[in-house]
Amino acid sequence: MSSCFQTLSDYGLRSIGYGERLLPKADITLCEQFVLIGSGMIWNIYFAILALLFGFFFATVLALGKNSKLFLLNAPCRAFIFIFRGSPLFIQFFFAYDLFVLLPRLGVDIDLGFLVVTVETRWLTKAWLGALIVLFFNTSAYAGEIFYGALRAVPSQDLESADAFGFTGIKKFRRIIWPTMLRLAWPSYTNEAIFMFHATTLVFFTGFPAWQQKGDAIYYASYFADKTFNPFVPYPIVGFYFILLTLFIIGLFGLINRQLNKHLPTNERKRLKINKYNLMR
Amino acid sequence: MFSYCVDPKTLEGLMWLSCYVTTTKHMSFYYSFFVVMGLLSLAAPLAMAFGFAGATAARSSLKIVRALGKGYLAMIRGIPDIVFFLFIPIALDQAFEYLRHKVLCSDVTEAVRQGNDFVVCAAAKLPLNTASEWVHDIYGFSLALLAFGFVFGAFAGNVLSGAMAAVPKAQIETGEAYGFSSSQIFRRILIPQMWIYALPGLSNLWMILIKATPLLFLLGIEDIVYWAKELGGIKTGVYEYPHPDWRAWYFGVLMIFYLSLTYLSQSVLDKLSTRLSKGQATMAGKAV
Repeated sequence: MSSCFQTLSDYGLRSIGYGERLLPKADITLCEQFVLIGSGMIWNIYFAILALLFGFFFATVLALGKNSKLFLLNAPCRAFIFIFRGSPLFIQFFFAYDLFVLLPRLGVDIDLGFLVVTVETRWLTKAWLGALIVLFFNTSAYAGEIFYGALRAVPSQDLESADAFGFTGIKKFRRIIWPTMLRLAWPSYTNEAIFMFHATTLVFFTGFPAWQQKGDAIYYASYFADKTFNPFVPYPIVGFYFILLTLFIIGLFGLINRQLNKHLPTNERKRLKINKYNLMR
Repeated sequence: MFSYCVDPKTLEGLMWLSCYVTTTKHMSFYYSFFVVMGLLSLAAPLAMAFGFAGATAARSSLKIVRALGKGYLAMIRGIPDIVFFLFIPIALDQAFEYLRHKVLCSDVTEAVRQGNDFVVCAAAKLPLNTASEWVHDIYGFSLALLAFGFVFGAFAGNVLSGAMAAVPKAQIETGEAYGFSSSQIFRRILIPQMWIYALPGLSNLWMILIKATPLLFLLGIEDIVYWAKELGGIKTGVYEYPHPDWRAWYFGVLMIFYLSLTYLSQSVLDKLSTRLSKGQATMAGKAV
Protein backbone atom coordinates (compact mmCIF):
# COMPACT_ATOMS: atom_id res chain seq x y z
CA MET A 1 0.00 0.00 0.00
CA SER A 2 2.79 2.40 0.92
CA SER A 3 4.41 1.62 -2.42
CA CYS A 4 1.20 2.72 -4.07
CA PHE A 5 1.50 6.11 -2.35
CA GLN A 6 5.03 6.22 -3.70
CA THR A 7 3.67 5.51 -7.18
CA LEU A 8 1.10 8.24 -6.70
CA SER A 9 3.77 10.81 -5.90
CA ASP A 10 5.98 9.53 -8.75
CA TYR A 11 3.36 9.40 -11.47
CA GLY A 12 0.36 11.38 -10.22
CA LEU A 13 1.32 14.45 -12.25
CA ARG A 14 3.44 12.64 -14.84
CA SER A 15 1.17 13.68 -17.69
CA ILE A 16 2.05 17.35 -17.13
CA GLY A 17 5.72 16.68 -16.61
CA TYR A 18 6.21 16.40 -12.84
CA GLY A 19 7.63 13.38 -11.06
CA GLU A 20 9.38 10.34 -12.44
CA ARG A 21 10.63 10.82 -16.00
CA LEU A 22 10.68 7.21 -17.19
CA LEU A 23 7.42 5.34 -17.54
CA PRO A 24 7.20 1.93 -15.87
CA LYS A 25 8.55 -0.69 -18.28
CA ALA A 26 8.62 -4.07 -16.56
CA ASP A 27 6.57 -5.59 -13.73
CA ILE A 28 3.81 -3.07 -14.22
CA THR A 29 1.50 -3.05 -11.22
CA LEU A 30 -2.22 -2.38 -11.13
CA CYS A 31 -1.50 0.68 -9.01
CA GLU A 32 0.84 2.13 -11.64
CA GLN A 33 -1.81 1.66 -14.31
CA PHE A 34 -4.47 3.32 -12.18
CA VAL A 35 -2.26 6.27 -11.25
CA LEU A 36 -0.78 6.95 -14.66
CA ILE A 37 -4.08 6.65 -16.53
CA GLY A 38 -5.67 8.90 -13.91
CA SER A 39 -2.83 11.35 -14.45
CA GLY A 40 -3.62 11.33 -18.16
CA MET A 41 -7.20 12.32 -17.37
CA ILE A 42 -5.83 15.78 -16.52
CA TRP A 43 -5.39 16.36 -20.26
CA ASN A 44 -8.86 15.11 -21.14
CA ILE A 45 -10.37 17.42 -18.57
CA TYR A 46 -8.19 20.34 -19.63
CA PHE A 47 -9.15 20.00 -23.31
CA ALA A 48 -12.86 19.48 -22.67
CA ILE A 49 -13.34 22.24 -20.11
CA LEU A 50 -11.54 24.93 -22.08
CA ALA A 51 -13.11 23.90 -25.39
CA LEU A 52 -16.59 23.84 -23.86
CA LEU A 53 -16.06 27.14 -22.04
CA PHE A 54 -14.90 29.10 -25.11
CA GLY A 55 -17.19 27.08 -27.36
CA PHE A 56 -20.27 28.02 -25.37
CA PHE A 57 -19.90 31.71 -26.24
CA PHE A 58 -18.81 31.16 -29.82
CA ALA A 59 -21.75 28.78 -30.31
CA THR A 60 -24.16 31.51 -29.21
CA VAL A 61 -22.61 33.85 -31.78
CA LEU A 62 -22.85 31.16 -34.48
CA ALA A 63 -26.49 30.42 -33.64
CA LEU A 64 -27.40 34.11 -33.83
CA GLY A 65 -25.42 34.45 -37.04
CA LYS A 66 -27.13 31.47 -38.64
CA ASN A 67 -30.48 32.91 -37.60
CA SER A 68 -29.67 36.32 -39.07
CA LYS A 69 -31.49 37.54 -42.16
CA LEU A 70 -28.34 39.19 -43.49
CA PHE A 71 -26.68 36.89 -46.00
CA LEU A 72 -23.29 38.30 -45.11
CA LEU A 73 -23.76 37.12 -41.53
CA ASN A 74 -25.61 33.87 -42.01
CA ALA A 75 -23.58 32.41 -44.90
CA PRO A 76 -20.24 32.18 -43.02
CA CYS A 77 -21.96 30.81 -39.92
CA ARG A 78 -23.79 28.18 -41.96
CA ALA A 79 -20.57 27.22 -43.73
CA PHE A 80 -18.63 26.97 -40.46
CA ILE A 81 -21.27 24.76 -38.87
CA PHE A 82 -21.54 22.59 -41.98
CA ILE A 83 -17.79 22.06 -42.30
CA PHE A 84 -17.21 21.12 -38.69
CA ARG A 85 -20.34 19.00 -38.32
CA GLY A 86 -20.06 17.35 -41.71
CA SER A 87 -16.53 15.99 -41.46
CA PRO A 88 -14.96 13.61 -38.95
CA LEU A 89 -13.17 15.20 -36.00
CA PHE A 90 -10.35 12.71 -36.56
CA ILE A 91 -9.70 14.13 -40.05
CA GLN A 92 -10.05 17.68 -38.74
CA PHE A 93 -7.20 17.01 -36.30
CA PHE A 94 -4.93 15.68 -39.04
CA PHE A 95 -5.84 18.47 -41.43
CA ALA A 96 -5.34 21.22 -38.84
CA TYR A 97 -2.04 19.79 -37.63
CA ASP A 98 -0.65 19.54 -41.15
CA LEU A 99 -1.74 23.11 -41.86
CA PHE A 100 -0.17 24.36 -38.63
CA VAL A 101 3.10 22.63 -39.51
CA LEU A 102 3.22 24.52 -42.79
CA LEU A 103 2.91 27.91 -41.07
CA PRO A 104 6.07 30.00 -41.01
CA ARG A 105 7.71 29.98 -37.61
CA LEU A 106 7.06 33.40 -36.22
CA GLY A 107 7.02 34.97 -32.78
CA VAL A 108 4.91 37.93 -31.79
CA ASP A 109 5.66 39.80 -28.58
CA ILE A 110 2.62 40.68 -26.56
CA ASP A 111 3.16 43.19 -23.78
CA LEU A 112 0.92 42.36 -20.84
CA GLY A 113 2.25 45.32 -18.82
CA PHE A 114 3.94 43.28 -16.14
CA LEU A 115 5.59 40.79 -18.49
CA VAL A 116 6.17 40.25 -22.17
CA VAL A 117 4.89 37.01 -23.67
CA THR A 118 6.22 35.83 -26.99
CA VAL A 119 3.36 34.18 -28.82
CA GLU A 120 4.84 31.75 -31.30
CA THR A 121 3.12 30.05 -34.22
CA ARG A 122 5.12 26.97 -33.23
CA TRP A 123 2.69 26.52 -30.32
CA LEU A 124 -0.03 25.63 -32.79
CA THR A 125 1.71 22.37 -33.58
CA LYS A 126 1.62 21.42 -29.90
CA ALA A 127 -1.40 19.55 -28.61
CA TRP A 128 -2.15 21.99 -25.77
CA LEU A 129 -2.97 24.77 -28.23
CA GLY A 130 -3.46 23.21 -31.67
CA ALA A 131 -5.73 20.39 -30.58
CA LEU A 132 -7.56 22.72 -28.23
CA ILE A 133 -8.39 25.04 -31.14
CA VAL A 134 -9.74 22.15 -33.22
CA LEU A 135 -11.87 20.91 -30.32
CA PHE A 136 -13.05 24.47 -29.67
CA PHE A 137 -14.17 24.94 -33.28
CA ASN A 138 -15.75 21.50 -33.33
CA THR A 139 -17.81 21.91 -30.19
CA SER A 140 -18.78 25.45 -31.25
CA ALA A 141 -20.24 24.07 -34.47
CA TYR A 142 -22.20 21.29 -32.79
CA ALA A 143 -23.42 23.51 -29.95
CA GLY A 144 -24.13 26.30 -32.46
CA GLU A 145 -26.51 24.00 -34.32
CA ILE A 146 -28.18 22.98 -31.04
CA PHE A 147 -28.56 26.62 -29.97
CA TYR A 148 -29.85 27.55 -33.42
CA GLY A 149 -32.56 24.88 -33.16
CA ALA A 150 -33.48 26.14 -29.70
CA LEU A 151 -33.48 29.75 -30.88
CA ARG A 152 -36.02 28.87 -33.55
CA ALA A 153 -38.14 27.16 -30.89
CA VAL A 154 -38.39 30.15 -28.54
CA PRO A 155 -42.18 30.69 -28.18
CA SER A 156 -43.43 33.72 -30.10
CA GLN A 157 -45.57 34.76 -27.10
CA ASP A 158 -42.38 35.31 -25.09
CA LEU A 159 -41.13 37.68 -27.75
CA GLU A 160 -44.46 39.48 -27.95
CA SER A 161 -44.55 39.96 -24.17
CA ALA A 162 -41.00 41.27 -24.31
CA ASP A 163 -42.07 43.82 -26.94
CA ALA A 164 -45.13 44.75 -24.87
CA PHE A 165 -42.90 45.47 -21.87
CA GLY A 166 -40.62 47.62 -24.00
CA PHE A 167 -37.62 45.31 -24.10
CA THR A 168 -35.41 45.95 -27.10
CA GLY A 169 -32.03 45.03 -28.51
CA ILE A 170 -29.42 43.61 -26.18
CA LYS A 171 -31.72 43.73 -23.20
CA LYS A 172 -34.42 41.70 -24.95
CA PHE A 173 -31.85 39.13 -25.98
CA ARG A 174 -30.12 38.87 -22.60
CA ARG A 175 -33.23 38.81 -20.43
CA ILE A 176 -35.77 36.99 -22.60
CA ILE A 177 -34.41 35.13 -25.63
CA TRP A 178 -31.11 33.82 -24.31
CA PRO A 179 -32.42 32.20 -21.09
CA THR A 180 -35.26 30.48 -22.94
CA MET A 181 -32.93 29.34 -25.69
CA LEU A 182 -30.56 27.84 -23.12
CA ARG A 183 -33.40 26.16 -21.26
CA LEU A 184 -34.67 24.52 -24.43
CA ALA A 185 -31.20 23.54 -25.62
CA TRP A 186 -29.92 22.26 -22.28
CA PRO A 187 -30.66 18.49 -22.58
CA SER A 188 -29.02 18.35 -26.01
CA TYR A 189 -26.17 20.54 -24.85
CA THR A 190 -25.52 18.16 -21.95
CA ASN A 191 -25.24 15.38 -24.49
CA GLU A 192 -22.78 17.46 -26.51
CA ALA A 193 -20.69 18.13 -23.40
CA ILE A 194 -20.48 14.40 -22.65
CA PHE A 195 -19.44 13.64 -26.22
CA MET A 196 -16.89 16.46 -26.09
CA PHE A 197 -15.21 14.84 -23.10
CA HIS A 198 -15.18 11.55 -25.01
CA ALA A 199 -13.81 13.21 -28.14
CA THR A 200 -10.73 14.45 -26.29
CA THR A 201 -9.44 10.87 -26.35
CA LEU A 202 -8.69 11.29 -30.06
CA VAL A 203 -6.09 14.04 -29.65
CA PHE A 204 -2.95 11.97 -29.18
CA PHE A 205 -3.86 9.45 -31.87
CA THR A 206 -3.71 12.10 -34.55
CA GLY A 207 -0.80 14.19 -35.79
CA PHE A 208 -0.32 15.95 -32.48
CA PRO A 209 2.64 14.31 -30.79
CA ALA A 210 2.71 13.48 -27.07
CA TRP A 211 5.87 15.37 -26.17
CA GLN A 212 8.08 13.53 -23.62
CA GLN A 213 5.32 10.93 -23.26
CA LYS A 214 3.00 13.47 -21.68
CA GLY A 215 -0.29 12.10 -22.92
CA ASP A 216 -3.92 11.69 -21.99
CA ALA A 217 -5.64 8.76 -20.30
CA ILE A 218 -6.02 6.64 -23.39
CA TYR A 219 -2.45 7.35 -24.48
CA TYR A 220 -1.20 5.69 -21.29
CA ALA A 221 -3.82 2.94 -21.53
CA SER A 222 -2.65 1.95 -24.98
CA TYR A 223 0.95 2.21 -23.76
CA PHE A 224 0.16 -0.33 -21.02
CA ALA A 225 -1.81 -2.54 -23.41
CA ASP A 226 1.23 -2.60 -25.71
CA LYS A 227 3.71 -3.28 -22.91
CA THR A 228 1.76 -5.94 -21.00
CA PHE A 229 -0.02 -7.30 -24.05
CA ASN A 230 -3.08 -7.45 -21.85
CA PRO A 231 -5.95 -5.15 -22.88
CA PHE A 232 -8.22 -6.42 -20.11
CA VAL A 233 -6.74 -4.17 -17.42
CA PRO A 234 -5.91 -0.69 -18.81
CA TYR A 235 -8.98 -0.18 -21.00
CA PRO A 236 -11.50 -1.01 -18.26
CA ILE A 237 -9.60 1.48 -16.07
CA VAL A 238 -10.10 4.22 -18.68
CA GLY A 239 -13.74 3.18 -18.87
CA PHE A 240 -14.04 3.50 -15.11
CA TYR A 241 -12.60 7.02 -15.07
CA PHE A 242 -14.84 8.15 -17.91
CA ILE A 243 -17.98 6.71 -16.33
CA LEU A 244 -17.17 8.72 -13.18
CA LEU A 245 -16.60 11.82 -15.28
CA THR A 246 -19.81 11.31 -17.25
CA LEU A 247 -21.84 10.91 -14.05
CA PHE A 248 -20.24 14.09 -12.72
CA ILE A 249 -21.16 16.04 -15.88
CA ILE A 250 -24.74 14.77 -15.76
CA GLY A 251 -24.95 15.84 -12.11
CA LEU A 252 -23.49 19.28 -12.75
CA PHE A 253 -25.59 19.96 -15.85
CA GLY A 254 -28.64 18.72 -13.95
CA LEU A 255 -28.02 21.41 -11.32
CA ILE A 256 -27.71 24.10 -13.99
CA ASN A 257 -30.85 22.74 -15.61
CA ARG A 258 -32.71 23.20 -12.34
CA GLN A 259 -31.49 26.78 -12.20
CA LEU A 260 -32.65 27.41 -15.77
CA ASN A 261 -36.10 25.98 -15.03
CA LYS A 262 -36.71 27.47 -11.62
CA HIS A 263 -38.99 30.30 -12.76
CA LEU A 264 -41.48 27.83 -14.22
CA PRO A 265 -44.46 26.52 -12.26
CA THR A 266 -43.59 23.19 -10.66
CA ASN A 267 -45.66 21.08 -13.00
CA GLU A 268 -43.93 22.53 -16.05
CA ARG A 269 -40.40 22.09 -14.76
CA LYS A 270 -38.54 19.46 -16.63
CA ARG A 271 -35.97 17.26 -15.02
CA LEU A 272 -32.85 16.87 -17.11
CA LYS A 273 -33.56 13.79 -19.12
CA ILE A 274 -30.96 12.96 -21.69
CA ASN A 275 -32.82 12.14 -24.81
CA LYS A 276 -31.75 8.64 -25.58
CA TYR A 277 -32.72 8.39 -29.18
CA ASN A 278 -31.61 11.77 -30.34
CA LEU A 279 -27.85 11.49 -30.53
CA MET A 280 -26.34 14.84 -31.20
CA ARG A 281 -23.16 13.85 -32.94
CA MET B 1 -0.13 3.81 -66.10
CA PHE B 2 0.67 5.82 -69.19
CA SER B 3 3.47 4.97 -71.57
CA TYR B 4 5.22 8.33 -71.09
CA CYS B 5 5.51 7.72 -67.33
CA VAL B 6 8.65 5.58 -67.65
CA ASP B 7 11.00 8.34 -66.54
CA PRO B 8 9.07 10.77 -64.28
CA LYS B 9 12.15 12.99 -63.70
CA THR B 10 11.90 14.31 -67.22
CA LEU B 11 8.21 15.23 -66.97
CA GLU B 12 6.68 18.55 -66.05
CA GLY B 13 3.34 20.17 -65.30
CA LEU B 14 0.17 18.28 -66.14
CA MET B 15 2.08 15.34 -67.62
CA TRP B 16 3.94 14.92 -64.34
CA LEU B 17 0.71 15.22 -62.36
CA SER B 18 -1.11 12.67 -64.51
CA CYS B 19 1.70 10.19 -63.89
CA TYR B 20 1.92 11.10 -60.19
CA VAL B 21 -1.75 10.45 -59.44
CA THR B 22 -1.72 7.09 -61.22
CA THR B 23 1.17 5.40 -59.41
CA THR B 24 0.48 2.00 -57.82
CA LYS B 25 0.48 3.60 -54.38
CA HIS B 26 -2.16 6.07 -55.47
CA MET B 27 -4.20 3.18 -56.82
CA SER B 28 -4.06 1.64 -53.34
CA PHE B 29 -5.20 5.03 -51.98
CA TYR B 30 -8.22 5.05 -54.31
CA TYR B 31 -8.92 1.43 -53.47
CA SER B 32 -9.02 2.30 -49.76
CA PHE B 33 -12.02 4.57 -50.44
CA PHE B 34 -13.87 1.40 -51.46
CA VAL B 35 -12.72 -0.23 -48.22
CA VAL B 36 -14.41 2.63 -46.35
CA MET B 37 -17.61 2.22 -48.36
CA GLY B 38 -17.43 -1.54 -47.81
CA LEU B 39 -17.07 -1.01 -44.09
CA LEU B 40 -20.07 1.36 -44.08
CA SER B 41 -22.29 -1.05 -45.97
CA LEU B 42 -21.36 -4.01 -43.75
CA ALA B 43 -21.22 -2.18 -40.42
CA ALA B 44 -24.67 -0.60 -40.78
CA PRO B 45 -26.66 -3.88 -40.93
CA LEU B 46 -24.39 -5.48 -38.33
CA ALA B 47 -24.96 -2.56 -35.97
CA MET B 48 -28.72 -2.79 -36.57
CA ALA B 49 -28.61 -6.49 -35.64
CA PHE B 50 -26.62 -5.79 -32.47
CA GLY B 51 -28.87 -2.86 -31.63
CA PHE B 52 -32.03 -4.82 -32.21
CA ALA B 53 -30.77 -7.61 -29.97
CA GLY B 54 -29.79 -5.06 -27.30
CA ALA B 55 -33.08 -3.18 -27.41
CA THR B 56 -35.09 -6.41 -27.31
CA ALA B 57 -33.00 -7.72 -24.42
CA ALA B 58 -33.56 -4.47 -22.51
CA ARG B 59 -37.34 -5.12 -22.67
CA SER B 60 -37.09 -8.79 -21.75
CA SER B 61 -39.14 -10.18 -18.88
CA LEU B 62 -36.11 -12.13 -17.62
CA LYS B 63 -34.20 -10.02 -15.13
CA ILE B 64 -30.70 -11.16 -16.14
CA VAL B 65 -31.30 -10.62 -19.84
CA ARG B 66 -32.82 -7.22 -19.12
CA ALA B 67 -29.83 -6.18 -17.02
CA LEU B 68 -27.42 -7.31 -19.72
CA GLY B 69 -29.35 -5.45 -22.41
CA LYS B 70 -29.60 -2.26 -20.36
CA GLY B 71 -25.94 -2.46 -19.44
CA TYR B 72 -24.98 -2.80 -23.08
CA LEU B 73 -27.07 0.22 -24.07
CA ALA B 74 -25.86 2.36 -21.17
CA MET B 75 -22.15 1.64 -21.40
CA ILE B 76 -21.64 3.51 -24.67
CA ARG B 77 -22.93 6.68 -23.05
CA GLY B 78 -20.32 6.60 -20.30
CA ILE B 79 -17.22 5.32 -22.06
CA PRO B 80 -15.64 6.92 -25.16
CA ASP B 81 -16.11 4.81 -28.29
CA ILE B 82 -12.35 4.94 -29.00
CA VAL B 83 -11.78 2.81 -25.91
CA PHE B 84 -13.95 0.12 -27.46
CA PHE B 85 -12.29 0.44 -30.84
CA LEU B 86 -8.91 -0.15 -29.24
CA PHE B 87 -10.10 -2.80 -26.83
CA ILE B 88 -12.44 -5.03 -28.81
CA PRO B 89 -10.21 -6.16 -31.70
CA ILE B 90 -7.28 -7.14 -29.47
CA ALA B 91 -9.55 -8.65 -26.83
CA LEU B 92 -11.42 -10.71 -29.44
CA ASP B 93 -8.17 -11.78 -31.04
CA GLN B 94 -6.81 -13.00 -27.71
CA ALA B 95 -10.10 -14.69 -26.83
CA PHE B 96 -10.18 -16.59 -30.15
CA GLU B 97 -6.55 -17.65 -29.86
CA TYR B 98 -7.04 -18.70 -26.25
CA LEU B 99 -10.02 -20.88 -27.15
CA ARG B 100 -8.22 -22.44 -30.10
CA HIS B 101 -5.18 -23.02 -27.92
CA LYS B 102 -7.31 -24.89 -25.35
CA VAL B 103 -8.93 -27.04 -28.03
CA LEU B 104 -6.10 -27.61 -30.50
CA CYS B 105 -3.12 -27.84 -28.16
CA SER B 106 -4.57 -29.46 -25.06
CA ASP B 107 -1.24 -31.19 -24.43
CA VAL B 108 0.58 -27.89 -23.79
CA THR B 109 0.56 -27.31 -20.04
CA GLU B 110 2.26 -23.91 -19.79
CA ALA B 111 0.07 -20.93 -18.99
CA VAL B 112 -1.00 -18.76 -21.91
CA ARG B 113 -0.23 -15.54 -20.07
CA GLN B 114 3.41 -15.56 -19.02
CA GLY B 115 4.27 -12.23 -17.49
CA ASN B 116 3.98 -9.73 -20.30
CA ASP B 117 3.60 -12.36 -23.00
CA PHE B 118 0.61 -14.02 -24.52
CA VAL B 119 1.81 -17.40 -25.74
CA VAL B 120 -0.31 -19.78 -27.74
CA CYS B 121 0.92 -22.72 -29.77
CA ALA B 122 1.57 -22.23 -33.48
CA ALA B 123 -1.54 -24.14 -34.52
CA ALA B 124 -3.77 -21.79 -32.49
CA LYS B 125 -2.46 -18.58 -34.05
CA LEU B 126 -5.01 -16.51 -35.91
CA PRO B 127 -4.45 -16.25 -38.80
CA LEU B 128 -1.90 -19.06 -39.10
CA ASN B 129 1.70 -17.98 -39.69
CA THR B 130 1.58 -19.77 -43.02
CA ALA B 131 -1.54 -17.94 -44.18
CA SER B 132 -1.18 -15.59 -47.09
CA GLU B 133 -1.31 -11.81 -46.93
CA TRP B 134 -4.96 -11.43 -47.87
CA VAL B 135 -6.09 -13.73 -45.05
CA HIS B 136 -4.37 -11.40 -42.59
CA ASP B 137 -6.08 -8.42 -44.22
CA ILE B 138 -9.50 -10.04 -44.10
CA TYR B 139 -9.02 -11.12 -40.49
CA GLY B 140 -7.97 -7.61 -39.40
CA PHE B 141 -10.87 -6.09 -41.29
CA SER B 142 -13.35 -8.52 -39.73
CA LEU B 143 -12.17 -7.69 -36.21
CA ALA B 144 -12.54 -3.98 -37.00
CA LEU B 145 -15.98 -4.64 -38.42
CA LEU B 146 -17.03 -6.45 -35.25
CA ALA B 147 -15.81 -3.51 -33.16
CA PHE B 148 -17.86 -1.12 -35.28
CA GLY B 149 -20.88 -3.41 -35.07
CA PHE B 150 -20.58 -3.63 -31.31
CA VAL B 151 -20.15 0.11 -30.66
CA PHE B 152 -22.74 1.29 -33.16
CA GLY B 153 -25.03 -1.54 -32.09
CA ALA B 154 -25.13 0.07 -28.66
CA PHE B 155 -25.98 3.44 -30.22
CA ALA B 156 -28.64 1.85 -32.43
CA GLY B 157 -29.99 -0.05 -29.44
CA ASN B 158 -30.55 3.26 -27.65
CA VAL B 159 -32.39 4.63 -30.68
CA LEU B 160 -34.54 1.51 -31.12
CA SER B 161 -35.42 1.17 -27.45
CA GLY B 162 -36.44 4.84 -27.42
CA ALA B 163 -38.57 4.24 -30.50
CA MET B 164 -40.18 1.13 -28.99
CA ALA B 165 -41.06 3.14 -25.90
CA ALA B 166 -42.59 5.86 -28.10
CA VAL B 167 -45.14 3.55 -29.72
CA PRO B 168 -48.49 4.59 -28.18
CA LYS B 169 -49.50 2.35 -25.27
CA ALA B 170 -53.07 2.21 -26.57
CA GLN B 171 -51.96 0.26 -29.63
CA ILE B 172 -50.30 -2.41 -27.48
CA GLU B 173 -53.39 -2.57 -25.28
CA THR B 174 -55.60 -2.98 -28.33
CA GLY B 175 -53.45 -5.92 -29.34
CA GLU B 176 -53.87 -7.43 -25.90
CA ALA B 177 -57.63 -6.90 -26.06
CA TYR B 178 -57.71 -8.85 -29.30
CA GLY B 179 -55.95 -11.72 -27.59
CA PHE B 180 -52.53 -11.32 -29.25
CA SER B 181 -49.72 -13.12 -27.47
CA SER B 182 -46.77 -11.01 -26.35
CA SER B 183 -44.61 -12.23 -29.23
CA GLN B 184 -47.41 -11.43 -31.68
CA ILE B 185 -47.73 -7.94 -30.26
CA PHE B 186 -43.98 -7.52 -30.61
CA ARG B 187 -43.93 -8.70 -34.22
CA ARG B 188 -47.20 -7.34 -35.56
CA ILE B 189 -47.62 -4.06 -33.66
CA LEU B 190 -44.48 -2.84 -31.95
CA ILE B 191 -41.95 -3.44 -34.72
CA PRO B 192 -43.98 -2.05 -37.66
CA GLN B 193 -45.00 1.01 -35.63
CA MET B 194 -41.63 1.96 -34.24
CA TRP B 195 -39.78 2.80 -37.46
CA ILE B 196 -41.16 6.29 -37.86
CA TYR B 197 -40.03 7.13 -34.33
CA ALA B 198 -36.65 5.54 -34.93
CA LEU B 199 -35.95 7.31 -38.20
CA PRO B 200 -34.52 10.63 -36.91
CA GLY B 201 -32.21 8.79 -34.52
CA LEU B 202 -31.15 6.26 -37.13
CA SER B 203 -30.42 8.98 -39.71
CA ASN B 204 -28.28 10.71 -37.13
CA LEU B 205 -26.56 7.42 -36.37
CA TRP B 206 -25.77 6.90 -40.05
CA MET B 207 -24.03 10.28 -40.07
CA ILE B 208 -22.07 9.35 -36.94
CA LEU B 209 -21.10 6.07 -38.55
CA ILE B 210 -19.79 7.86 -41.64
CA LYS B 211 -17.75 10.17 -39.45
CA ALA B 212 -16.36 7.24 -37.45
CA THR B 213 -14.93 5.38 -40.45
CA PRO B 214 -11.48 7.07 -40.33
CA LEU B 215 -11.02 5.35 -36.95
CA LEU B 216 -10.16 2.27 -39.03
CA PHE B 217 -6.69 3.80 -39.04
CA LEU B 218 -6.40 3.22 -35.29
CA LEU B 219 -7.06 -0.47 -35.88
CA GLY B 220 -4.00 -0.80 -38.08
CA ILE B 221 -5.87 -1.04 -41.35
CA GLU B 222 -4.42 0.59 -44.45
CA ASP B 223 -7.33 2.95 -44.91
CA ILE B 224 -7.62 6.41 -46.45
CA VAL B 225 -5.96 8.08 -43.45
CA TYR B 226 -3.00 5.73 -43.67
CA TRP B 227 -2.51 6.43 -47.36
CA ALA B 228 -3.00 10.19 -46.98
CA LYS B 229 -0.24 10.23 -44.35
CA GLU B 230 1.94 7.94 -46.42
CA LEU B 231 1.56 9.69 -49.76
CA GLY B 232 1.50 13.23 -48.40
CA GLY B 233 4.71 13.03 -46.42
CA ILE B 234 7.86 14.73 -47.73
CA LYS B 235 9.41 12.78 -50.61
CA THR B 236 13.09 13.49 -51.13
CA GLY B 237 15.00 13.15 -54.39
CA VAL B 238 15.45 9.44 -53.75
CA TYR B 239 11.83 8.93 -54.69
CA GLU B 240 10.52 8.83 -58.21
CA TYR B 241 8.16 11.71 -57.58
CA PRO B 242 9.82 14.05 -55.07
CA HIS B 243 7.61 16.69 -53.44
CA PRO B 244 7.45 18.74 -50.21
CA ASP B 245 5.06 18.06 -47.33
CA TRP B 246 1.68 17.66 -49.02
CA ARG B 247 -0.20 16.06 -46.15
CA ALA B 248 -2.47 19.08 -45.69
CA TRP B 249 -3.58 18.69 -49.33
CA TYR B 250 -4.30 15.00 -48.92
CA PHE B 251 -6.27 15.56 -45.74
CA GLY B 252 -8.05 18.42 -47.48
CA VAL B 253 -9.19 15.89 -50.09
CA LEU B 254 -10.44 13.62 -47.31
CA MET B 255 -12.33 16.55 -45.76
CA ILE B 256 -14.06 17.16 -49.10
CA PHE B 257 -14.81 13.45 -49.50
CA TYR B 258 -16.48 13.28 -46.09
CA LEU B 259 -18.32 16.58 -46.50
CA SER B 260 -19.85 15.42 -49.78
CA LEU B 261 -20.72 12.04 -48.29
CA THR B 262 -22.53 13.58 -45.32
CA TYR B 263 -24.18 16.22 -47.51
CA LEU B 264 -25.46 13.57 -49.91
CA SER B 265 -26.68 11.35 -47.08
CA GLN B 266 -28.47 14.25 -45.44
CA SER B 267 -30.43 15.13 -48.55
CA VAL B 268 -31.41 11.48 -49.16
CA LEU B 269 -32.46 11.06 -45.52
CA ASP B 270 -34.51 14.27 -45.61
CA LYS B 271 -36.41 12.96 -48.63
CA LEU B 272 -36.93 9.60 -46.95
CA SER B 273 -38.26 11.25 -43.83
CA THR B 274 -40.77 13.29 -45.86
CA ARG B 275 -41.94 10.16 -47.64
CA LEU B 276 -42.29 8.09 -44.44
CA SER B 277 -44.17 10.93 -42.74
CA LYS B 278 -46.92 10.83 -45.37
CA GLY B 279 -50.20 9.83 -43.82
CA GLN B 280 -48.79 9.69 -40.28
CA ALA B 281 -50.70 11.43 -37.51
CA THR B 282 -47.84 13.84 -36.86
CA MET B 283 -47.21 17.47 -37.64
CA ALA B 284 -44.94 16.49 -40.53
CA GLY B 285 -47.55 14.05 -41.81
CA LYS B 286 -50.33 16.64 -41.77
CA ALA B 287 -48.19 19.15 -43.62
CA VAL B 288 -47.93 16.97 -46.72
